[in-house]
Amino acid sequence: MSMPYYVAPEQVMKDRADYARKGIARGRSLIGAIYAGGILLCAENPSRSLHKISEIYDRIAFAGVGKYNEFDQLRVAGVRHADTKGYAYSRDDVDARSLANLYASYLGQVFTHEMKPMEVEIVVAELGRGSTPNQLFHILYDGTVMDEDSYSIVGGDSDAISSRFASAYRKDMNLKEVLAAAVTALAGPERKLTSNELEVAVMDDSNGRRTFRRISGKPLEELLG
Amino acid sequence: MTLPLFGPINDPGPSFIQTLKQMGRSPFDLEGIVKAGLLDVPHGTTIVTFKYRDGVIMAGDRRATEGNFIAHRRMEKVFAADRFSAVAIAGAAGPAVEMVRLFQTQLEHYEKVEGVVLSLEGKANQLGQMIRANLPMAMQGLAVVPLFAGWDLIRETGRIFAFDITGGRYEEVAFQTTGSGGRDAKGVIKAGLMKDNPLGLDDAARLAVSALVEAAEEDSATGGPDVGRGIYPIVASVSARGFEYVPEETIASISSEVFSTRRGIGGGQ
Repeated sequence: MSMPYYVAPEQVMKDRADYARKGIARGRSLIGAIYAGGILLCAENPSRSLHKISEIYDRIAFAGVGKYNEFDQLRVAGVRHADTKGYAYSRDDVDARSLANLYASYLGQVFTHEMKPMEVEIVVAELGRGSTPNQLFHILYDGTVMDEDSYSIVGGDSDAISSRFASAYRKDMNLKEVLAAAVTALAGPERKLTSNELEVAVMDDSNGRRTFRRISGKPLEELLG
Repeated sequence: MTLPLFGPINDPGPSFIQTLKQMGRSPFDLEGIVKAGLLDVPHGTTIVTFKYRDGVIMAGDRRATEGNFIAHRRMEKVFAADRFSAVAIAGAAGPAVEMVRLFQTQLEHYEKVEGVVLSLEGKANQLGQMIRANLPMAMQGLAVVPLFAGWDLIRETGRIFAFDITGGRYEEVAFQTTGSGGRDAKGVIKAGLMKDNPLGLDDAARLAVSALVEAAEEDSATGGPDVGRGIYPIVASVSARGFEYVPEETIASISSEVFSTRRGIGGGQ
């Protein structure tokens, strides 16, 4: 009979974290940023149909990087949670904080108890209203949550992108300016990203009850131009 | 609440109702419903829909009745189901309003989960299935009979669907009415529509208000424009621009116009 080897818990956690980080680093990054009129979500994504950015509810959006099937499963669960809650209580009672907490506890649970951690990093964005401010929740593969009130950058190359974006970003930027800053930061010094390689969406109050709006094709080109 | 995650075997897909069922919150759970006798609850009355030049018009009066007395004067019966469709309700008010809420959530839920909008026919079928699921309630006197109309984005035309209490779905060519004053309203609409000369939005709104005024005159359960309280019928249009309410001020001025032109005809009656 073979004896199982003893592995220190620190080592187990480190191995899992390395595994998750490696998976996430394989994909492209995305930026969520608060600007003067709302919230911008901008991802480098050559696919037109496999979205990284999606609508969850009237004032809540989701963005994920890493393994597509894993963050898409989280996205759908988020839509189900929000719609069920809004139907059972009221549309006003659906908030990003409780959803972020659910994601965090689920990711934490998977990280410590399952064979393999989820190779995802997600952003839950909420457009503020009245006295509640705009908010971004940045959630890691192990369930760590960070709430941010200016911008979040998720994905493999986030440190380099972050330092590029931080130097250009101001909170009072308009959409055109913040998008330009985001695209430049995502591209880096050697590349130039075109509208075909980008997935862009905003949440702003010009769009009625459902504030989420994708920007693609001609309007995106005009905004980038 | 926990995160609603399902395995690939029991995943409810884009259906919101199925999701509710899997979570043990089925809206059509009939436990606790009284099994004997008919319930006396508020009923919504007259709704009309017809095609006009740019799409479809949907309109309804504002009265809800409970037996022979007026339960509500300001009830709204015309709703946006989503950006390109409208639903109007007649029948038991409670379950009807609840069904509309469920229907709206279902359409939005599908759109978000799947990433594409359901086709107009798909929406009509969904509504039909909800009405069928409500059949046991209908047998208790809580029937819901909605009208559904919208802009078909694939065929680029307005379409109208009517339903019976078993969920039977019938596509209409030009118009339909239901509710207790529906027959009176239908006569006016029939007389006002011409095949070769479709109505513009203003004329269509006038026809809708005329039909509801006629229904209110002949049917005690239908409420006409109430100038004293400032309560007017609700009229909405769905076209390539999407769902839009006709503003209340417009309906108010159309209402007084309809009243003034009617005064002579049958005024002595």
